[in-house]
Amino acid sequence: MRIVLRISRYNPETDTAPHDEDYPLDIDPTASLLDALIRVKGEQDGSLSFRRSCGHGVCGSDAMVIAGVERLACKTLVREVADGEDAVLAIQPLKHLPVQRDLMVDQRKFFDSYRSIKPFLINNDATDGRERIQSQKERAAFDDATSCILCGACFSACPVFEKNASYVGPAALVSAARFLFDSRDKGMAQRMNVLDDPNGAWACENHFDCTRVCPREIKVTKNINATKREIDKVKGKK
Amino acid sequence: MTKEFDALIVGAGGSGLYAALEASDAARTVSGGAKPRTAVLSKLFPMRSHTGAAQGGIGAALGNVEEDRPEWHAFDTVKGGDYLVDQGAAVLLAEDAIRAVYDLENRGLAFSRTPDGKIDQRRFGGHTRNFGEGPVRRSCYAADRTGHQILQTLYQQCIKNGVEFFDEFHVLDVIIEGRRCCGVSAIELATGEVHLFKAKAVLFATGGFGRMFRVTSNAHANTGDGPAVLARRGVPLQDMEFFQFHPTGIRGLGILITEAVRGEGGILRNRRGERFMERYAHTLLDLAPRDMISRAILSEIKAGNGMRGDGTIDDWVLLDTTHLGRDVLEKKLPDITGFSRTYLGIDPVEAPIPVQPTAHYAMGGIPTDIDGRVIADAAGNVYEGLYAAGECACVSVHGANRLGTNSLVDLVVFGRRSGRHMADFVRKADFVALPADAVEPALVEVARLTDGARGPHGNIIRGEMETVMMEKVGIFRNDADLALAVERLKELRGRYREVRVQDGSRRFNTDLLGLLELGNLLDLSYLTATAARERTESRGAHARDDHPARDDARWLRHSLAWLTDGRVSTDSRPVDVSTWAPKPRAY
Repeated sequence: MRIVLRISRYNPETDTAPHDEDYPLDIDPTASLLDALIRVKGEQDGSLSFRRSCGHGVCGSDAMVIAGVERLACKTLVREVADGEDAVLAIQPLKHLPVQRDLMVDQRKFFDSYRSIKPFLINNDATDGRERIQSQKERAAFDDATSCILCGACFSACPVFEKNASYVGPAALVSAARFLFDSRDKGMAQRMNVLDDPNGAWACENHFDCTRVCPREIKVTKNINATKREIDKVKGKK
Repeated sequence: MTKEFDALIVGAGGSGLYAALEASDAARTVSGGAKPRTAVLSKLFPMRSHTGAAQGGIGAALGNVEEDRPEWHAFDTVKGGDYLVDQGAAVLLAEDAIRAVYDLENRGLAFSRTPDGKIDQRRFGGHTRNFGEGPVRRSCYAADRTGHQILQTLYQQCIKNGVEFFDEFHVLDVIIEGRRCCGVSAIELATGEVHLFKAKAVLFATGGFGRMFRVTSNAHANTGDGPAVLARRGVPLQDMEFFQFHPTGIRGLGILITEAVRGEGGILRNRRGERFMERYAHTLLDLAPRDMISRAILSEIKAGNGMRGDGTIDDWVLLDTTHLGRDVLEKKLPDITGFSRTYLGIDPVEAPIPVQPTAHYAMGGIPTDIDGRVIADAAGNVYEGLYAAGECACVSVHGANRLGTNSLVDLVVFGRRSGRHMADFVRKADFVALPADAVEPALVEVARLTDGARGPHGNIIRGEMETVMMEKVGIFRNDADLALAVERLKELRGRYREVRVQDGSRRFNTDLLGLLELGNLLDLSYLTATAARERTESRGAHARDDHPARDDARWLRHSLAWLTDGRVSTDSRPVDVSTWAPKPRAY
């Protein structure tokens, strides 16, 4: 089918602001948007810049705003977003992070937030050289959060950033939940300063946009709310 | 601008991160008492590395669900590799796998659990009890996201250890003086600037190079930068003719459907609905090693038993999971179930998945000893301060065909060993002065590609390379095809010398990176095709129509291939067969 990719272009060496450019393409409806972008780069304009690696939705490189919604380009098929012949598809970089070039954003702030919640198992107890025992129920308690690939889709979709740029963000909170609800972790106290803060878990206003866009189908908001309850529990509130 | 580190690691997948973790260990102090200054440079953000795409599991004889022993694991590895495995290394791999898995668990990896809370284990191809009697549950797993969990856990631990990261730095060249490595040059994506890194020791952990082939499970980033850079500096590459095709890629796309699907009971069927593996591997059936199953699929297709039935190479067969039930698919194989729904519109609960073999794993690569030290010649002498680990390396624990789950074992076992050896080495060693012109070759190559002259489009050369590798250097090979491939690759390498960027900018020039990657793939393709033509036998993943038998008398040897002035020269090294005498390989 014929589609038009309306891609947001920005080159820091020549442009003062991003602008849209149209790229018509004849493409199989079952191709992914990443396939479409690779074809534009290979056949029409070698300067088009975007990140990609695994090509099947597990590395998190190619989150962008496709037809108004945060998605992974490699996991979005043309037929899902093109509503018929000659459909125009807007392709934009993620929001809330500075654009470096075209569809590439500077993810430093995103990864700094991630690192701030101490995203590693905290437990200094000695082990006997074998595994720590964890029941299937305990393992299931944090399974959802282990799916996160840190693509940044939720960070872009969250409306809280429009008024509070210092919010730690949904992905960092999911990473925190991944450890808080792991029966082996003992790091709640060390994470409290970031989590129990106006820019931590409490900044979340339950808009659910993160949950809606998560390409890994993580119940992001649910994880954040569970974290809020855990903070209250630690502080001795009901 | 020159940066200086005790230990420098190129690549941030599982082996690179594990090595960084060990090298940066505070307990392993350098002469001044400070901990070794360790840096990782990676062309991707570490969390994007391809280790994260590994699905099914990591093999270790924990015996959590049934009796198992490391020597059975080692034997399976040797037999799976069609006896081209160095047996001492395989024993070490199988024994250390157990410690490695417990270590990963202790560091926080979210393994799936047994009812009594231990690490759960499942079946995988070629892994057997008691030297081949039947399948054994050896693969430790975290749903079908085991690699993702390993990558996350190791990166998280590196953050904790204060390892320094240079993200989106692409390696261009290695600086070797005599047999001493003293650093690398790399280009920074954000600025286009070429940097020199001076180091006492350098580890290459750049992963695989499946992007040589048109249909592959590999990430776009898997372009063999480490082996190619080293080959251009006179380092031999070992066993390059052995490239694994995984039997179950999603039809047309190559996206991997993990062997764990068959470990959980999935069955391959042809157009008649027959479980055709009954005719190829009586005991292990659908859990035979990958090379055998890929050949079986292609044989079925050639006999007209593919789903289309026209005998052409892009025909396919079915992977039937409909009898497994929703619960197993959604709980134990959630990502696979999702891939099938996303890319095919097929729910594997209700309908079988169309599959065909996909280029998956390089058994060959940079030759190393069991401590990751790079081997320089047929006599086994090593370079000083130069290491390699993970898929880009060739120890060899995979021989002519890797078993499923052994890639993750390899990278944690040998990533760790390399990191430890490096830490000890940098404690005693001094820096070696970089030659004054160390950065010149990298600058010259970048300048050529970006000089604004007109040249052929890299995309076209790349497409031709992928096609010739797929059609002539694929699952079944013969001399005529390989001779043709070698000639075509020579010609493509010639055309590459004229290629130029389409993107004239300095900052974030992904087009330039793409061309540098293409240059690496062309060199590795050329070495692969040449080594494949030389080996006139069939062994593991290297199947020759014109030499269908294994020939131990002549070919029970590791091949070595050097790239010198555009020509390939070869030699060989002995294989360690000290424990198990080579036998015919049947399953």
